[in-house]
Amino acid sequence: MKLIRGYPAYMRESIEHVEKTRPRRMKEKYRTLSIEEREELLRKYHPDYKPGTKRPLKIGPSKGMIAPHEVIDLLEAHPIVKPEDVNLDEIDIDVDLLIIGGGGAGMTAALWALEEGLKPEDILIVTKLRLGDSNSIMSQGGVQAADRPPDSPIRHFIDIVGGGHFTNDRRLVKILTMTAPYMMAWLERLGLMFDKDEEGNMLELWGGGTSIRRMHSCKDYTGMEIVRVLRDEVRNRQVPCLEFTSAVELLTDEEEDRVVGAVLLNMESQQYYVARAKATILATGGFGRIHIQGYPTTNHYGATMDGVVLAYHVGARLRDLDATQYHPTGAAYPEQIVGLLVTEKVRGAGAQVVNRHGEQFVFPLEPRDVEAAAIIRECWDRNNGVETPTGMRGVWLDTPMIEELRGRGAFKRMFPAIHKMYSRVGIDPAQDPVLVFPTLHYMNGGIIIDEKAQTTVKGLFAAGETTGGVHGKNRLMGNSILDYLVFGRIAGIHAARFAKHTSPGKPSLKHVIKYEEMLKAAGIETDRRSPVLLPDYRGERVLARRIEIL
Amino acid sequence: MYHNRDRLPLEANDLPEETEGRGETVRIYIMGKEYRVPAGLTIMKAMEYAGYRFIRGAGCRGGFCGACATVYRKEGDYKLYTDLACQKTVEDGMYLVQLPFVPANKAVYDIEELRPEPNILLRFYPEIARCVSCNTCTKACPQDIEVMYAIQHALRGEIERVANMTFDCIQCGLCTIRCPAEIPHYHVFQLARRIYGRYILKPARHVRERIKEIESGKYDQEMDKLLTVSVEELKRIYENRGRIEE
Repeated sequence: MKLIRGYPAYMRESIEHVEKTRPRRMKEKYRTLSIEEREELLRKYHPDYKPGTKRPLKIGPSKGMIAPHEVIDLLEAHPIVKPEDVNLDEIDIDVDLLIIGGGGAGMTAALWALEEGLKPEDILIVTKLRLGDSNSIMSQGGVQAADRPPDSPIRHFIDIVGGGHFTNDRRLVKILTMTAPYMMAWLERLGLMFDKDEEGNMLELWGGGTSIRRMHSCKDYTGMEIVRVLRDEVRNRQVPCLEFTSAVELLTDEEEDRVVGAVLLNMESQQYYVARAKATILATGGFGRIHIQGYPTTNHYGATMDGVVLAYHVGARLRDLDATQYHPTGAAYPEQIVGLLVTEKVRGAGAQVVNRHGEQFVFPLEPRDVEAAAIIRECWDRNNGVETPTGMRGVWLDTPMIEELRGRGAFKRMFPAIHKMYSRVGIDPAQDPVLVFPTLHYMNGGIIIDEKAQTTVKGLFAAGETTGGVHGKNRLMGNSILDYLVFGRIAGIHAARFAKHTSPGKPSLKHVIKYEEMLKAAGIETDRRSPVLLPDYRGERVLARRIEIL
Repeated sequence: MYHNRDRLPLEANDLPEETEGRGETVRIYIMGKEYRVPAGLTIMKAMEYAGYRFIRGAGCRGGFCGACATVYRKEGDYKLYTDLACQKTVEDGMYLVQLPFVPANKAVYDIEELRPEPNILLRFYPEIARCVSCNTCTKACPQDIEVMYAIQHALRGEIERVANMTFDCIQCGLCTIRCPAEIPHYHVFQLARRIYGRYILKPARHVRERIKEIESGKYDQEMDKLLTVSVEELKRIYENRGRIEE
């Protein structure tokens, strides 16, 4: 197929409409929806409401919870560790604090556990990829903090609970919003390069569902800048980290119902290690790589919901896993980058979303679930989308508006990552709009935690995307970074305190036996095993001919 | 209801049968061994299509983490190329090898005790003085950073300049593994950026003022009310909060 500056001729025709309507649209403001209108749109068009995609969970303390089949499949599965295969008498690793996950939440927890007085050698971070490989490093657009008048933590709170459809754990939202400015100051002290004016004031932009400009950013590399600074600091403080080592099962005390460490798996040699810990933090992130409803995802390679599975094996309660976040603007064209994120900051900086005729059909900054539903309706109900050569449909994100609004060169300056991603496939987003469609982005729900980031099981703490409650049924942009900073810190502090007043337990896998009994009692017959650790994208033909020998 | 997305090729293993049968393919050589893969895939997806399952060499799959640094040559071309496997599209005749790890020493320091002095980068990384200005690092950079110039600025102690020109660094290490002077560029740049962020960029005064307000209890009463009001009341508050355009 012949491409003209990255697009086939028929897509170019639609781009001409976008260009023609642009001068008029620059002055046009699309109205926002009321609560009732939002709810109706979601009911009709949001993937969460598609019939036949979910079922109730049959076992465990959150029995009856409705969630996507892909989630239930991992919970109604055999634990991969069999008690008879592990020798628990030999403790390979003995620490005060075990942190499972090396993204933003895990590293923040480690740094604050040090502040609380733990020694580096008494902490261990384990991660199945490398330290920092995570969804945290991929977040682009920014982080919210209500840190200048007339904004306030109250306003931030109200925006959050409205975005979450009033289902959030409000105690957690209070902590999130009241701690936010403090975390910004902490990052400044660590040497983060925030976008600022010459006086040091934060440059703050709009986010979907916010009622004021509150988005702090570091160009469109916000997550990468934060993660690389946190990682540098973790290495400076010499906290030990085992990379390519996954937690495959938690350990519980033989006598008491509390978590006392984990069974780890060396991903390369496939040998296990028994890691005993006085306190354990799950900071394992989300579930994009289990591809809910077959959606492509913005998530990193290891986002397979391991933490939720491990927590459920030991009896921790879960919430809001029925609500999945689809980011409204994933790349829909070309094929190489389908599903990758085009940050909401592009809309926060003024770009509109328009259909193939070049007309707006939704306010560009509705909360994410609402915006996504409107795009799906435009493409598949009103047939106003642009079809790609591989049969996808998408709408235009009018990126050249950034140049019109903020001057020549503004797009590349503000969005170097997006600019680079599109340049590699021959498209210049400063000149031409980009085609977008919702993509699987975030696990809104997860493990229940309290104000001390404790799960419902003693000795087990959790922070970040693996938890549920703070965002309710829908997270707003800029609150995931904030979530892992605020609750990573709280988890680190309280897990350290807990560890200081606890003696090491006697590790057992009694909960695995109990879990197997529950599966049997519920009549679940399956060969599924979990956690799955990594997705498998090998070609079908190769797998069909594979003989497992080595 | 809305659409059925079953037709979307999600990842390489989901490519429809007709793509495999009739579609265009290219030859790639993974560590010297030939495979035929569909055209238009990224290097990462092509390797998976060929049967590789990554443990190392795959991270974010979106161009942000630097885990999938890849080196390649093309048939009949003497040059050695570098890119990210998750971002670069396969081309016919590529000889590929991944670089899943880069050994490089990182200086250990206490950010609180540093000062933005001109010699500070040189003090922690004296090897930057070994730069021979060959520019191989710049050519190796998948992020198009002027790596060699940044090292020259680092030598001259121009912290602000180094910080800003290396902001897009994803720390993949390709520069470092190609450098004949054995400089760990990406660690040098990290130090420069942290010193710049900590000591040269001004701290936001409004953040400190807000923290003081929060600590003084200014929002406590209103916040506690929000914790207990009914959902109906909360909806009313939400609908009436107004949008503040400034």
